[in-house]
Amino acid sequence: MIIITDQPLDPNVLTDAVRDDSDGAVITFEGVTRNHNDGRGVEYLEYEAYRPMAEEKLQELIDEIKERWEIDRVAVAHRIGRVDIGELSLVIAVSAAHRRPAFESTLHFIDRLKQVVPIWKKEYFEGGEVWIGDPGSERASA
Amino acid sequence: MKIAIKLFAGLRDRAGTGDLSVELPDGATVRDAIDAAQQSAPKEWIAPTSLMAAVNNEYVEFTGALSDGDELALIPPVSGG
Repeated sequence: MIIITDQPLDPNVLTDAVRDDSDGAVITFEGVTRNHNDGRGVEYLEYEAYRPMAEEKLQELIDEIKERWEIDRVAVAHRIGRVDIGELSLVIAVSAAHRRPAFESTLHFIDRLKQVVPIWKKEYFEGGEVWIGDPGSERASA
Repeated sequence: MKIAIKLFAGLRDRAGTGDLSVELPDGATVRDAIDAAQQSAPKEWIAPTSLMAAVNNEYVEFTGALSDGDELALIPPVSGG
């Protein structure tokens, strides 16, 4: 299951999608918009995706961790558009017979997502906005 | 040949558009298309050293050759999650 949506994310949908009676472990990771970053208060985030490629890359990452770890199912959802403080931007659910591969593969998935999946985060803070990780993005004054 | 170019996030903001179409000679590379995109964008923009490119949803080297009808995505550093 791969979801890219501008609607609020429901972790239960992903957990239910991966759960199976043969699995003893289900890891659900929730990425949450926090109210501070880099020493300043954050007002909200805005995410943008190059959707067809992002979906393809997410599928490749699912295939990658399934090949490397003894896990069963993977579901991932990423929110785009405005995401307010305390709301979820990312949910990953991984099921496995045992906990260790579920934990390890989930962590690896997130690390890789942040490297290769074409999704961008813009941070709005008091007095400006910035594309995170973009060296050319000005911290423009509002 | 005709190449559709998409720009995203901060790059789109700086170039003043997210979509460009450029006409290039046969054998043109990704680098040639980036040069053409810099020429034809509404605003002057600089390609950061961290810029990545993708053709038809796969990351490519700047030396890679393009084909007529390709969609070239110019991808600034990603920051999902």
